[in-house]
Formats: sequence, structure tokens, C-alpha cells
Amino acid sequence: MSLLELKNVYKIYGDLHALDDVNLKVEKGEWLAIMGPSGSGKSTMMNIIGCMDKPSKGEVLLDGVNIAAESAKNLTNIRRDKIGLIFQQFHLVNYLTAVENVMLAQYYHSIPDEKEALEALERVGLADRAKHLPSQLSGGEQQRVCVARALINHPEIILADEPTGNLDDANEEIVVELFRKLHEEGTTLIVVTHDPEVAETAQRMVVLRNGKISKETVNENFTGHIRFH
Amino acid sequence: MFFRMVFGTFVRQWKKMLMIAFTIALGASLATAMLSVMLDVGDKVNQELKAYGANITVVPKQSSVLDDLYEIEGGQSTGTYLREDELGKIKTIFWAFNIVDYAPFISARATLDDGSEVTVVGSWFNHHMDLPTGEQLDAGMNSLRSWWEIKEGAWLNEQTAENENMAMVGVELADKLDLHVGDPVHVIGTVQDATYTVAGIFDAGGDEDGQIFVPLDSAQALDDLDGCIDSIEVSALTTPDNELAQKAAKDPGSLSISQYETWYCTAYVSSICFQIQEVITDSVASAVRQVADSEGEILEKTELLMLLITILSMIGAALGICNLVTASVMERSSEIGLMKAIGAHNGAVTGLVLTEIIITAIIGGCVGFVVGAGFAQIIGQTVFSSSITIQPMVIPLVAVLVVLVTLIGSMPAVRMLLHLEPAEVLHGR
Repeated sequence: MSLLELKNVYKIYGDLHALDDVNLKVEKGEWLAIMGPSGSGKSTMMNIIGCMDKPSKGEVLLDGVNIAAESAKNLTNIRRDKIGLIFQQFHLVNYLTAVENVMLAQYYHSIPDEKEALEALERVGLADRAKHLPSQLSGGEQQRVCVARALINHPEIILADEPTGNLDDANEEIVVELFRKLHEEGTTLIVVTHDPEVAETAQRMVVLRNGKISKETVNENFTGHIRFH
Repeated sequence: MFFRMVFGTFVRQWKKMLMIAFTIALGASLATAMLSVMLDVGDKVNQELKAYGANITVVPKQSSVLDDLYEIEGGQSTGTYLREDELGKIKTIFWAFNIVDYAPFISARATLDDGSEVTVVGSWFNHHMDLPTGEQLDAGMNSLRSWWEIKEGAWLNEQTAENENMAMVGVELADKLDLHVGDPVHVIGTVQDATYTVAGIFDAGGDEDGQIFVPLDSAQALDDLDGCIDSIEVSALTTPDNELAQKAAKDPGSLSISQYETWYCTAYVSSICFQIQEVITDSVASAVRQVADSEGEILEKTELLMLLITILSMIGAALGICNLVTASVMERSSEIGLMKAIGAHNGAVTGLVLTEIIITAIIGGCVGFVVGAGFAQIIGQTVFSSSITIQPMVIPLVAVLVVLVTLIGSMPAVRMLLHLEPAEVLHGR
């Protein structure tokens, strides 16, 4: 059984079909990139997979549970327990330090544990920046705090929306390298991006166009390392 | 972590929180001031209205019956009297502390040297009493007729020996006889005559302007009526009448035991009258209805005004809180969206925001209470020339109002917060 399966998923806003009969399977431990131009339905798909939205039609099976039929409260629980979210805009709480931002995810999941949060920051190479506020961190460092926050509750899937969209090449490489390590550790990664270089680092890539999957390719030369063109 | 986030909000949004606290403080201060004045205003307004005279008259029972039967106007003797030696008992009734002033009256018909008749009224001016309760009281016309205008001289002072044969003369009579302060006025009573020295000339604007007012015993001596009085005027602090008081005024016997106890132990004018009748032999005490009704009406209107100001101030505070809290939540929408995205339920986020607002409300409410207590004192000194007692019940009342207003004011923001979708604020869709 696939970890995630989308069956005939539609998302319709009036006359607009943001997602139009999408079918997709993601296996446990897989690294998938979702590509597409603006307005292709990438964010809509991410919101649905991330339990932040429901499809208009179709089924979304996460670990065998059809999340399309779940209540808002259950979706929050599923999101909290199974999904780690990474955003393009980082969305760190600006009055909390890096370690407190990581602990925030623990707080809403179970019990905040500073030691564990510091270990998560160490994994992303930010142990020495734990007590810094987001405003005192670079963009790359902020995104690494987001990665640590996404990891802290050991989710089934890490869902990253344009994780390198606001980063320079050096920081982009650091973040992708983090993804590669996570993949090696068996974490399932779904990365939504419009950047071909980031997409090419994944094992598999699907391209969305006008709400439909227009292309699906498997990376024969998968290494997990970014290659800048 | 929870309190770290609450603290973080106070640090980051201190200006907004300060504005919310200020709004709450403003509402709480007005509510405190108005409620304090409202709860204390009964006595204050009553005291103010006492300046307009007595609100209870006590007459002999027979005189009262004749009044009712033949509609005899006051001032005409019926030959029955009250006892002067019972006057002190008025300050021993259940509502003794509400009796702020009283004076006995005796009228004697006398003849002047020119042959014309004149009414000589005996009363207290500033009569000093050592009461059985250990209290001391200076009662009489000086305070009971405080609106009389003294045209010449001064109020008669009973407490100095040289004023024994002094008199206050009405302005009409003084003009007629060309009397001035220090002049003698000779009157012939039915039993004996007397010569008084004019201590003061007053303008009462009524029948009194043609009369002579002398100390009680001087008037009694004219007709040899030692220890007798025609009537007593009493000024008492009273509670506005309600249905129970009206029913009791008609017939106290019609009340049930519990109603009777409630009525007897409330300072209704009818229950004070009833208690005066209990201590003054063969007397009928009745309310000067016009004064008593006016007092009740003014008191009710004053309290209603205070209540309206309190309600309006709280509505204003609620609207202010509504705007500020909504703005605060809007400003923090991405932070709240993130919390929801990483697993916070609506209850947790609402709890966080409401905790911040309630803490702000408590701070604002405390400051508002202290300022409001100060406002109340300013109102007390300005309007009533006395301090306002802050009743203990004002504290829970203001606390409940502040919490209610804060919660009601926060409702639109909470509603917005509940409907906030993380996908919309985090992805801008």
C-alpha cells in the first residue's frame, strides 16, 4: 500500500479547475518533486496533501485513511502527527528563538523538550544559533530552522512548498543536502518547486499543468545532489 | 511555552496591548465612578434634598382626624397637643440614624400693641440634645428652614443665654411695624404678655412672613401650654417608595409577616412614619407627599442617568476592544495560521489570544478601578461636597463588567480566528 494516494482528485473554484482528475501515488521513503508554472495547481495540491484543504471530489488516502472525508479537527490531528511542513516564506514566529520555534511544533504535538529541539537544530547545523531570533538569522538559516521544526515530531511525510524559493545558491545547496540526508534516513519527501535544478534532485518528478499531471519522470541518475546548470 | 508566547505578544505588540488596556481602563474607570456614585447617591441626593425642608409631619391624632373630616388647614389649634418630653424618642426609633433633623412647633394667637392679631410660633432654632443613645444633636429651624432669607440680623441662637427673649420676625410684619434688629416687640397672649427683642428679620416667601418665631418655651408661656406642642416636622433620609411601601402606607396590617419585616427594616417614608407614631403618644405621622415623591423621582432619575452612562461607557469600551483585538488578530494572522498548520486546534489558539486579552483586561481594569475611584471622589466633592464611599460590591461588579465587555468585544476577533484557514494565510490563497 502506498503511503499517499490521490484518486481522481478535483478541486474546483467556480469555473476554475485548480486540480482536474489528478491521480498520484507516493511510496514510503520516496522523494517526489512536483513542478509546474504558476497557477498550475501546485499549491492547491500541497494544501490538500498537507490536510489544509479538502478536494471537491475524489479520494486522498494517507496511510490508508481517506483524509478527504475527515473532519477539520481530525485533519488538524493528522497534519500534526503525520506531516512536517516547510514553507517558502519560512513562517517562523519572530518573537521566539530558533529553538523555541522548533519547540512550538512539539508544544502542539505533545510536550516541548528543549534537548530534543536542540538535537534537531544540530541536525540542520544550527546548534550554535539556537538562541537567536529569526531576525538575527539569514534566510538559509531560517529555512533550516523550518526544516528542524518540520522534523521534530518524526512525521511520515515532509511537505516542502518552494523551500528554496527565497534562498541563494549556497543556501539552496545546503537545504537540498538536508533533504538528501533525510531521504537517506528513510523520510518521505514531497517538494513543490518551480526550480528545475531542485526538482531534478528528487527520485521522481511530476509536472502539473492546468490542474492535470502533464508529465511524470523518474530520475534515472538520482543522487540527491543538486547540479547547477 | 504558552506563557513564553503570551509574554512574546506583550513585548511585540505592546503598543496595541497598551491601547486595549487603555480602552478597558477608560470603561472601567467610568463604570467604577458611576457605580460608586450610584450606590452612594441615595444618601447624597437625600442629604441635598433635606435642604428643601421636612418630609414628615407629626400631629396629634385628633387633629389629624379633624383635618381629614373638615379639611382644616394647618395652624388652627384643635385643643389637642403632643408632648414635648417625648421629642427625644424620635431619635430612638429603628431608623434613628436616618432622622437628620426635626423641630417641634406651637402656635399662639397674640395681640400686638396696635390691637392687631399676630401668630407667635414657638420652635427650636439650634436646639442641643443629648440623646439616650449617647449621641448629641443640634436640631431646629436654622437647618430645617435653611432656604429662608435672613434680611437683617441672624438666626436666633438658642445656645446662648442672652437670646432667651429674642425673636425672629417675618419681613411683612417687620415692614408693617417698622421693626429692625434690636427693636422690642410687645405681644399679649391669652394668659400672659411678653416683650421680645428682634434678633433677625427673615423672608420665607409665605405666611410665615407675617409671623413671629420665638423659642418654644416662650410661645408656650403665652398660652400657658407648658410641655405642649402642635406638631413636629421631621427631615429623614428615605428610600423611594415601591409597591410594598404604598401597600403598607395604606394599611400595615395588610402585610404578611415577611413583607412587614422587609417594610419595617427599609427606610421607606411610611415605615419611618409608622415608627415615629410608635414612640409619640396619640400622634399621626404622615409624609409630606410632594417632597417625598420628588425625592424619590430625582433619586430614580439620577440613578438611571448613572446607569446609562455606565452602560454607554461599557458599550464604547466593547467597540474599542473589538477594533483593537480584531486588528491584533489580523496582524498576527500568519503566526496564527502557522500554529494551526503545525497542529494547534481552534481551542488552543483561541485560549492563547483570550489569555492575552484577559491579562490586558485585568491590568486595564485595575488601573481603571483606581482612576474611577478617584473620579468618584471628584464627583462627590464637586456635586455633593462630600466624599463618596466606594462600596465593596463595586469591585466584583466592575470585574464582571470588564470581563464581560472584554469577552463580548473579543468575539468578532475570535470568530475571525476560528474561520482563519492556514492555507489561506500561509500560501496567500
